Amino acid sequence: MSALAARRRHPLATALIVVLGLLVTGVAYAAVMPSTADASTSTASADDIEEGRKLFLANCSTCHGIDAEGRNEAPSLIGVGAASVDFQVGTGRMPLAMSGPQAPEAPVRLSDEQTSQLSAYVASLGAGPAIPSEEAIDPAQGDVSKGAMVFRTNCAMCHNAAGSRGALTRGKFAPPLTDVEPKYIYEAMVTGPQSMPVFPDQTITPDQKRDVIAFLSTINEAPDPGGMSLGRLGPVTEGLVAWVLGLTVLIGFAVWLGAKSS
Amino acid sequence: MSTTSPLEKAGATTGNWLDERVGASKVVKGFSRKIFPDHWSFMLGEVALYSFVILLLSGTFLTFWFVPSAGETTYTGPYAPLAGQHVSEAFNSTLHLSFEVRGGLLMRQIHHWAALVFVVSIIVHMFRIFFTGAFRKPRELNWVIGMLLAILALIEGFLGYSMIDDLLSGNGLRIAQAIVLGIPVVGSYVSFFLFGGEFPGEAFVPRFFVLHVLLIPAIMLMLITIHLILVVVHKHTQYPGPGRTNNNVVGFPLFPIYTAKAGGFFFIVFGVIALMGALFQINPVWIYGPYDPSPIGAGAQPDFYMGFLDGAVRIMPGFVEFEIFGHTVSPNIFIPTLVVPGLMVTPALLYPWIEQWITGDKREHHLLDRPRNAPTRTALGVMAITLYVLLWISGGNDIVATHLHLSINDITYFMRVGVFVLPALAYVITKRICIGLQRKDREKVLHGRETGRVFRTEEGEVFELHAPLSAHDRWLLVGFDAPEPAQALSATDAAGVRRPGGRLEKLRQKISKFYFEDRVAPVTPAELASAHHHGDHEEVTAGEGSKPAVGSGH
Ligand code: HEC
Ligand code: HEC
Ligand code: HEM
Repeated sequence: MSALAARRRHPLATALIVVLGLLVTGVAYAAVMPSTADASTSTASADDIEEGRKLFLANCSTCHGIDAEGRNEAPSLIGVGAASVDFQVGTGRMPLAMSGPQAPEAPVRLSDEQTSQLSAYVASLGAGPAIPSEEAIDPAQGDVSKGAMVFRTNCAMCHNAAGSRGALTRGKFAPPLTDVEPKYIYEAMVTGPQSMPVFPDQTITPDQKRDVIAFLSTINEAPDPGGMSLGRLGPVTEGLVAWVLGLTVLIGFAVWLGAKSS
Repeated sequence: MSTTSPLEKAGATTGNWLDERVGASKVVKGFSRKIFPDHWSFMLGEVALYSFVILLLSGTFLTFWFVPSAGETTYTGPYAPLAGQHVSEAFNSTLHLSFEVRGGLLMRQIHHWAALVFVVSIIVHMFRIFFTGAFRKPRELNWVIGMLLAILALIEGFLGYSMIDDLLSGNGLRIAQAIVLGIPVVGSYVSFFLFGGEFPGEAFVPRFFVLHVLLIPAIMLMLITIHLILVVVHKHTQYPGPGRTNNNVVGFPLFPIYTAKAGGFFFIVFGVIALMGALFQINPVWIYGPYDPSPIGAGAQPDFYMGFLDGAVRIMPGFVEFEIFGHTVSPNIFIPTLVVPGLMVTPALLYPWIEQWITGDKREHHLLDRPRNAPTRTALGVMAITLYVLLWISGGNDIVATHLHLSINDITYFMRVGVFVLPALAYVITKRICIGLQRKDREKVLHGRETGRVFRTEEGEVFELHAPLSAHDRWLLVGFDAPEPAQALSATDAAGVRRPGGRLEKLRQKISKFYFEDRVAPVTPAELASAHHHGDHEEVTAGEGSKPAVGSGH
């Protein structure tokens, strides 16, 4: 907010007003347009959108441009939908703090209310995926086994079979899914953040998305039946344990036995 | 003493009966009087032996439930994320073992951890044999048997985890098939033969099973038996020390002392492996899911002992693949998976003879080398280990990337150069270190050991007090061979006739020079005497100068 205040006397203020005018037109247009993103656009009040716009100008416009048309590295947000903003801001990825191979998950800097205002604003710019309803992401209503199959064929190649992360090219990576809220799992699938592909409803139906959520929450909550999981990273950590722990302990005993007799 | 109870009589009768038929008493007596020297590094082979026994025991348990069939079935067990899915009988039975058979999961995990410990201990045992020169005459054959065991262990492990038919091992199996396909000309035929048709088919599970539980263990058991018989026949090697010569073995008799110790050690190894099986999850196949040729998981890795092959494939540039007459030739698979291991294993197999040829040393060796006293051999060994470790790290390049926040591309580029440069560097550094240590040993022999007490003479000169070495400390430091480079023979003999094998001999001289050019000779008695007689200040032979030695002789 203070950032916004500081910019009021900015030379660009006039330009802003013009843009604002355009935006209002845009919003009016969007309201008339039939939209797939009904959940967020319809429930958001004009106040929310207005607050969201202010937040956007203060926090996001330096990168995404004053009317979210995108510039340089930062993509246009017109048509990315409420789900994308909710995901990006809700997981702390946006506002982007530092440049790197990919925007990492980070401490969240905006409140829930601010996030939903931002979402409402961006949704008002163009139709896009909406924030899912409670029911759409309820793990209890999903089929764990079907989710496992969907996950294995669509997600494991990047996120690892246990969702414990995987490397992509040039320092990019698919993050661990061990501690992600159901809402963000759903949103990630419908918006495809960064290197992740979008999984529209034609590829993975909303029911299947809920199955995936059910699967992930099951394996994350279930204890590991075999003992410590070693990060569920597979044979690399197992090999390290054999070498470092197994070998050291056994050599330790061998030295001890050798010392005992002589 | 003269009265014998009926029981003793019975015992004696049975004993005699056995003795007359199989000559048991001679065998028992001979065996129980065998002497085994004591050193922790001699127990590495034992760790391998005991983990093999544990593998046999735990593996037998698993065969009671494992169903070696790729036939399709529906999973109906308690693990919800797989409920109702189509899986193979093999995978199904593995889940059954893991979740429903009492102690089944523990046994599975013990079996797998034992396999890892087995291979680790074989590798480290091999290091000990190599760096101490225990492979020299008369033990060359045992070295080869050991190498064969090591290779069989890798294959055995691969077959073992592949026949479970889970997604992770299936991905590995697909790579194995790619390796087979990559063999020029015959590749596709061999693949069809091995898998009984198109990959993956249903034949591989029962085939792998028979190989894993029957054929390969039987061969290994036979080789281990020969290996151990040869250890007894050759007698055990020992580290040099007071009273230990090339013609004796100083240690404890096999019975009772060594047997008791070895028995105790077996239970320790068993205990450690059982603890690992109880505490750490290994190969959680229920997470990977059943094999299906289309999906693949990120972080798909083989068990560590296969990792170096995977790593070689990962850093191999792909552009070397080409087409000829409509056939694809894939050196990008063929080179890293068949040529590279071939180049690593063949010299290792032949190493005892290579070294013999270079040194021309046909004597028997029962005293072990200190690694520093064979600098070139030690450096070559470290070089090979470095290469192996680099390839292994390349096999885990994705895990390294995500956990150290590096770019996987950078790691690959680094390794492409690294596998050539770093082993060479390791060679040079190791050799320097060995030679440095040898120089220090020389110093010690000539001047005594540093006591840490510093003295100042009346003239103001400061020096450290050196204490003379005891006779056997000194013996340890001077009692080794330091061969000189082979002398050049002229290519023709006295009559001017070209010597047979003249060119080979030249090569031998070259390698010999490479091996022994930089050498630090052990201190000779004459040198020692002169160091003592001339006293402190004139001593120059060791090169480093004027540290005076003060000892009882002065
Ligand atoms: C420092 C510059 C920067 C700031 C500040 C910033 N972003 Fe971004 N944003 C980016 C970049 C760069 C990307 C593209 C990320 C990528 O794909 O690697 C991005 C991507 C996004 C996306 C995903 C777009 C899509 O295609 O799905 C959303 C949504 C988004 N930003 C929202 C916001 C919001 C809301 C804010 C303010 C709270 C914000 N960003 C602030 C740089 C920034
Ligand atoms: C091509 C590789 C790829 C595939 C396939 C993929 N993802 Fe992702 N996923 C990513 C990347 C890369 C990110 C990180 C994006 C970012 O940081 O903005 C990500 C992020 C996520 C996140 C957010 C994690 C967090 O920490 O906030 C979730 C949830 C997610 N993916 C779920 C899925 C699911 C479910 C599937 C399968 C339907 C899937 N992904 C398929 C690459 C992939
Ligand atoms: C199945 C795996 C193996 C088992 C069970 C095994 C077991 C043993 C045991 C118990 C000994 C006697 C004690 C000792 O020196 O440690 C021994 C000696 C020996 N092993 Fe192995 N070993 C195995 C693999 C290997 C390998 C991989 C090599 C080398 C390539 C090797 C080479 C030798 C040699 C040369 C000796 C004689 C050493 C001496 O007398 O000092 N072995 N082995």
